[in-house]
Amino acid sequence: MTETVNVSGSLRRRLTLTLIGGAAVLAVVLFAVVRLYAAQIAQQGQDSILSASVTSMLDAAVLRDGAVVVDFPYAALSMLSTTSDDRVFYAILQDQTLLSGYKHLSPPNGSFPTTGTFMAETPDGALIRVASDSRTLVGADTRTVITVFVAQTQEALQVTLNDISRRVALFGAGFFCLSALLSFWASASTITPIRRLTSSIARRGPQDLSPVASPVPSEMVSLVESLNRLMGRLDKALSQSEEFIAEAAHRVRTPLATVRSHAEAMLHRVDRDENRKALRAMVRAIDESSRAAGQLLDHAMITFRTDHLEREELNLTDLLQELVQRLTPVAEMKDISLLVENTEPVLVSADAILLQNAIRNLIDNALKYSPMESEITIRVSASPTPTIEIWDQGAGFPPDQIANLSSRFSRGDNAKGIIGSGLGLAIAQDVAEAHGGALKLSNLPGGGACVTFSL
Amino acid sequence: MRYILVVIGLLWPMLINAQAWEDQQLFKGENPVQTLRVLSSTDTGFFSPIIQSFLAANPDWNVEYLVTGTADISAILQQSPQSYDVVISSAMDLQVKLVNDGFALKLPSISHPDWAQWRQSLFAFTSEPATIVVNRSAFRGKSIPANRQELIRALREAPEVFDGKLGTYDVRSSGVGYLFATQDARASETFWRLMEVMGGLKLRLYCCSGDMIDHVASGELLVAYNVLGSYAAARQLQDDRFEIILPSDFPTTMMRTGFVSKETKHPVAAERFVRHLVDGRYFATGLNTSSLPQLGLYPEGRNPTVIPLEPALMTYLDKLKRRTFIQEWSNAVIQ
Repeated sequence: MTETVNVSGSLRRRLTLTLIGGAAVLAVVLFAVVRLYAAQIAQQGQDSILSASVTSMLDAAVLRDGAVVVDFPYAALSMLSTTSDDRVFYAILQDQTLLSGYKHLSPPNGSFPTTGTFMAETPDGALIRVASDSRTLVGADTRTVITVFVAQTQEALQVTLNDISRRVALFGAGFFCLSALLSFWASASTITPIRRLTSSIARRGPQDLSPVASPVPSEMVSLVESLNRLMGRLDKALSQSEEFIAEAAHRVRTPLATVRSHAEAMLHRVDRDENRKALRAMVRAIDESSRAAGQLLDHAMITFRTDHLEREELNLTDLLQELVQRLTPVAEMKDISLLVENTEPVLVSADAILLQNAIRNLIDNALKYSPMESEITIRVSASPTPTIEIWDQGAGFPPDQIANLSSRFSRGDNAKGIIGSGLGLAIAQDVAEAHGGALKLSNLPGGGACVTFSL
Repeated sequence: MRYILVVIGLLWPMLINAQAWEDQQLFKGENPVQTLRVLSSTDTGFFSPIIQSFLAANPDWNVEYLVTGTADISAILQQSPQSYDVVISSAMDLQVKLVNDGFALKLPSISHPDWAQWRQSLFAFTSEPATIVVNRSAFRGKSIPANRQELIRALREAPEVFDGKLGTYDVRSSGVGYLFATQDARASETFWRLMEVMGGLKLRLYCCSGDMIDHVASGELLVAYNVLGSYAAARQLQDDRFEIILPSDFPTTMMRTGFVSKETKHPVAAERFVRHLVDGRYFATGLNTSSLPQLGLYPEGRNPTVIPLEPALMTYLDKLKRRTFIQEWSNAVIQ
């Protein structure tokens, strides 16, 4: 009963992808923010040096005999040396007129701000950062405004920024890799309780419908509760149906016995051959139904008892002797001798009623399939595990069906014409398994079947 | 008015061609196809071994070598940058300014120590100290001064001997003279005292190192200050009537630099020429009997007395700074 389950995506993959995606976004954001911040800091560095240069030039401006003299120090330009040998420009203006320096820093319309820093372009297209400031010089009878512009290209700044970008990119990539690893780990550990629950349910025996008892994470509580409720309902339904079968079998068996006795009485009274034949067929059919009902009852009982084994210390040999004694009359009807090979006591801890039932079924089977005037050998041994072997001299099991014979209502091809319900071997197997043992069917090399019942 | 413009228009190319070069020489390769024009401040005699070895390796080129004063190079190049392929000068400040102003081509494939190049465009290939050249006869029986202080003392002790027999660069017309003077002034106040003392003794002003060396050798001058050591040393090989003093207090060392004009028509050959200058293999050939001193490769890298190649060199090129400096210099020297 394996139906394919519709699969749509994977929780683990979805979790992993979400975490990795988040990490990627974070890494990119980190890169952008750090890069932006670094650019600001680098720009501030350049601006402050340019401003210092402007200040040192402005400080050197004096009025001497009515003329402006700007004897600025060597350091004013020297401080602008960079590792990338950036180009340097400056202009000194008196009242908007170029006194000295580069023309392109004093546009005719005076469009450059006279204080602060800003970006501009040289005539040959190079981007420059410009700092400027003004100062009023007061002479004996004159006032004049000196404005200084100092500019520098941004090659060293660019090199620094590229360097920072490279490092930050490396850092971001490392961060991402680490996050990806953590994502795999996190999703694996998140999925673990689900795996654990799955395997604990998968490992259960077919009869085990008890609720899940091991602790589960809070997110799985409702799922596990539903599962437990479902299993509880299933358990109830199963036991109800077993009860129903037992009840039905019981109700059928009793009237059947009445009908049989009436039919037998009738058989003695009628004389006509066709009537006697019909009555015999009737008795036979009643026997078959009655036996089936009996086995159904047995099976229901066994199903109930295997869930609640009542173990007790008992001697397997005694149990077997008793059974053989009880079945000897039946065996004698077919001139079959039942031989128990061992008389040593074999002590086991088991449910006596179940064992009796199972072994009676097995011997019953052997009797049914044995030819007239043959032997059935029963051997009990204690080691390695308590085992009962039953050999007969019949036709043996059909070799191609030997694997399926012990399932319910399954009968071999050679069973035609023999009364049986197909539950005997199933009952024996259920009992063996309930005790932690097994039922093994095989054929003897010289003909005949062998059933090995071990606990 | 229009007539005058036409005349100027017609004469303009002639004016350019009629540029008054100090020297102009065409070095012919074996199978010349094209000509590389080199604008330089270095005397042809010093440079011809370099050009010869270049032509030996590149026989399909001619090299036209055009010599002019350091101060003129900027103006000539700015006027027609497409006419020159390589520019060589000893005036580091002017060279840096030309590169800063975008007249140089970047040559990223040339590998050169950081302190000897700027913007991967301007490459230094010699290091030449500024020296004091003295006539031996002036110091007969006396110790020859080893630094500026001792020179000042010597001049003060015997003003009558040195009167009118002292020489130095005219910083107003010589680019390298201006560079030496400004760097000296940056380094020490001694420079100003020396200038005042020399100015008091009818200091004579020169355009070029060669003339000063000639005059010291002949005895017309007894002391010449800030003479290019390389020229003096070359001259001393034939003429030992003078002594070369490397001032021990603070030496000033200049690097001769070259770059490829941004508007060159032969960028590949021009780069090859600069590479040839820089790799200095010609120093190893036998051609360097009167050649330029190789860039001093100190174990720790830069020669500490060398003027660093940096944009700050443009400081004294500033119009206002230059006016102030020349004013002060004139006050000291011209009395």
